Amino acid sequence: MRVLVALSGGVDSSVAAAELRRAGHEVEAVTLRLWGGPSDSGCCSVSDVEDARRVAAQLGVEHHVFDFSDRFTERVVEPYVADHAVGRTPNPCVECNRHLKFDALLDRADVLGFDTVATGHHARIVDRAGVASVARGADAAKDQSYVLHPLLDPDTRRVLFPVGGMTKRRVREVARSLGLRTADKPDSQDVCFITASEGRAAFLSSRAALHPGEVVDTDGRVVGRTEAVELVTIGQRRGLSLAGGGGRRYVLDVDVPARRVVVGPPERLRRDHVRISEVAWNGPVPTGPVLVQVSAHGVVRPATVEGTDPGASTAVLRWDEPSPRVAPGQSVVVYDGDVVVGGGVALP
Amino acid sequence: MSGRTIDLDHAATTRLRPEVLAAVEPFRSERYGNPSGTHALAREALRALDEAREQVAALLGCRPGEVVFTSGGTESDVHAVSGGLPPRPGLPVCSAAEHHAVLDTVVALGGRVVPVDRVARIDPDALADELDRLAAGARSGAGPGAGVVSVMLANNELGTRTDLSAVAEVVRRHAPGVGLHTDAVQAAAWLDLSVEAAAADLVSVSAHKLGGPRGTGALVVREGVGLRPLLPGGGQERGRRSGSVDVAGAVGLAVALQASVDERDRVVPRVAARRDRLVAGLVERVPGLRPTVLGSAGVGVLPNFAHVGVDGVEAEPLLYLLDRAGIRASAASSCSSGALRGSHVIDAITDAGAPFRGAPLRLTLGPDTSGADVDEAVTAVAAAVDRLRSHAGRAVATGARAG
Repeated sequence: MRVLVALSGGVDSSVAAAELRRAGHEVEAVTLRLWGGPSDSGCCSVSDVEDARRVAAQLGVEHHVFDFSDRFTERVVEPYVADHAVGRTPNPCVECNRHLKFDALLDRADVLGFDTVATGHHARIVDRAGVASVARGADAAKDQSYVLHPLLDPDTRRVLFPVGGMTKRRVREVARSLGLRTADKPDSQDVCFITASEGRAAFLSSRAALHPGEVVDTDGRVVGRTEAVELVTIGQRRGLSLAGGGGRRYVLDVDVPARRVVVGPPERLRRDHVRISEVAWNGPVPTGPVLVQVSAHGVVRPATVEGTDPGASTAVLRWDEPSPRVAPGQSVVVYDGDVVVGGGVALP
Repeated sequence: MSGRTIDLDHAATTRLRPEVLAAVEPFRSERYGNPSGTHALAREALRALDEAREQVAALLGCRPGEVVFTSGGTESDVHAVSGGLPPRPGLPVCSAAEHHAVLDTVVALGGRVVPVDRVARIDPDALADELDRLAAGARSGAGPGAGVVSVMLANNELGTRTDLSAVAEVVRRHAPGVGLHTDAVQAAAWLDLSVEAAAADLVSVSAHKLGGPRGTGALVVREGVGLRPLLPGGGQERGRRSGSVDVAGAVGLAVALQASVDERDRVVPRVAARRDRLVAGLVERVPGLRPTVLGSAGVGVLPNFAHVGVDGVEAEPLLYLLDRAGIRASAASSCSSGALRGSHVIDAITDAGAPFRGAPLRLTLGPDTSGADVDEAVTAVAAAVDRLRSHAGRAVATGARAG
């Protein structure tokens, strides 16, 4: 098979490429230039590109660089800023997978004559009643199925995750045994287009208007202030300086137009359901019990899908037990066991 | 993929000519002397350096003492435009379509960038206005005047030639005494610089664009032009460029320049004819493909340059498919990560109203490019464009992964 492997410059995709070579595929590598601004690996991620290029050379694989930065800015960065500006909590990695890796890159690979695209994601593709579906990777701690949920059949049939069946430890062992320069490179953290030194607040404040606001308790008493209501997330506990004691208090609600954050005890966060929009099911809408995950490495909770019209763009997930409110904008991913069956975006 | 490859990227670099390789080799081995010394080996090196300098001077139409050997086009450009180490004479001025070595230096020094016309030639009226403004500012004490004006002899993306004597006339009238620099890096293989660059006070050339070694160039500094060194140190090159002189490089530049001048009368008409055949073939076979500057009335273009815009496709996949078909081509400049980046030259001509559309594709021929090469390239471009367009059509028709 002719495989185009996306090399990020990290250890997972390096080993993915090595595994593809070992399996005897005709492999070429590409590094996507996504962000033209500063990153933790230099402007335009030059050092990551260099790592990717050297790994490709070591594996005897041609290496290319595709510039998808305009699309990345338009589909990932700008929505990230716009979502925050209205108080939503976006998942840029989900949007990048949706619009860049498994749209633009799949498309590009197709036109260039590749049969499949491979990445270093920790996830697997499995058959679920005839539907090629994303499933959790073998290493539960590194599983990335959550951020891959927009990937649906038939695109899933043109994607390979060569390290999805490996633990991270095993991935590093393989990299070391091959002498790959990325073997001990630390895992990437957080949002790739925001540098650690700049931080989210500075990044957003230079691109959108942030507003100070008051923090009130459930009785409406002002208990503190925040410098930017747009940066406060529902469910957040730390990072707000609050007057008075009174036990643990969580962010219950954020009202950006009113510049107000409501805090209160954790039990006030509980909801019996979550409504989601932009719903996409991979195959038939599940009718039985499902498992639901609402953040990248969050807790998995049992629920049932209500409203099973296959064409509907919204759905209600009813929790088996009352569960913490989901921040609007968060991706909500529905699993059957370890297999992704669909997902959407939390509504307020 | 067929085993045969066709190089249509001669503007990027060229293969060393065999006679250059032979001439250079002794100075990399037994004749390794440093021309700054006094012993026999050093004197031998100095003699070779003197001869190379005389040869280059004769070919460029200047005196030997006016030739400064450099590390290449970029160093020559930066030196000429910056004026060397401070104090600097004034603000540099250049066209918006200059090579980045010139443009970025001008911008970094707070100089002025003058718009170009629809084919990337500097707008003489805009240049005159800019020089007048700088002169007025200098008179009133509001700012420094113009230091140097830099206008390339032929554009490195489009191949467009500029009439330098007309530019020199504007400079003479609106900024008397201000030097004129020209980046002749692309032009040197194809034009007689002793004529075409005669109006410039400073001329940059590079060896590897004409079959010479990479890492060697020259800057012509006409007598009377005050230029401070960019690299101070041992005082080589009459104090204008320190660092032990690369004798092998200088010899290589001289031999390469000589070879390209010797063959010019024979090669230029042949290459131009093949280039015209290439462009005609592309226009005929690929709908929505337009020559960017070629064929515009009264526009001179280097004989080996074909630059076209291909509607409805992207440059990146086009170059990939051409590469796979064995055709080496180029789009524009690329950045340090290896990705393609937008072309400031295309931006500049678009600003002037040029109807450029689609993917930029630069095909640059060499002296040995054959008619069969050209025909094969036409077929390959047509096939690649067809593939990209039919794919785009399919994606739209099926609504595949719309979003």
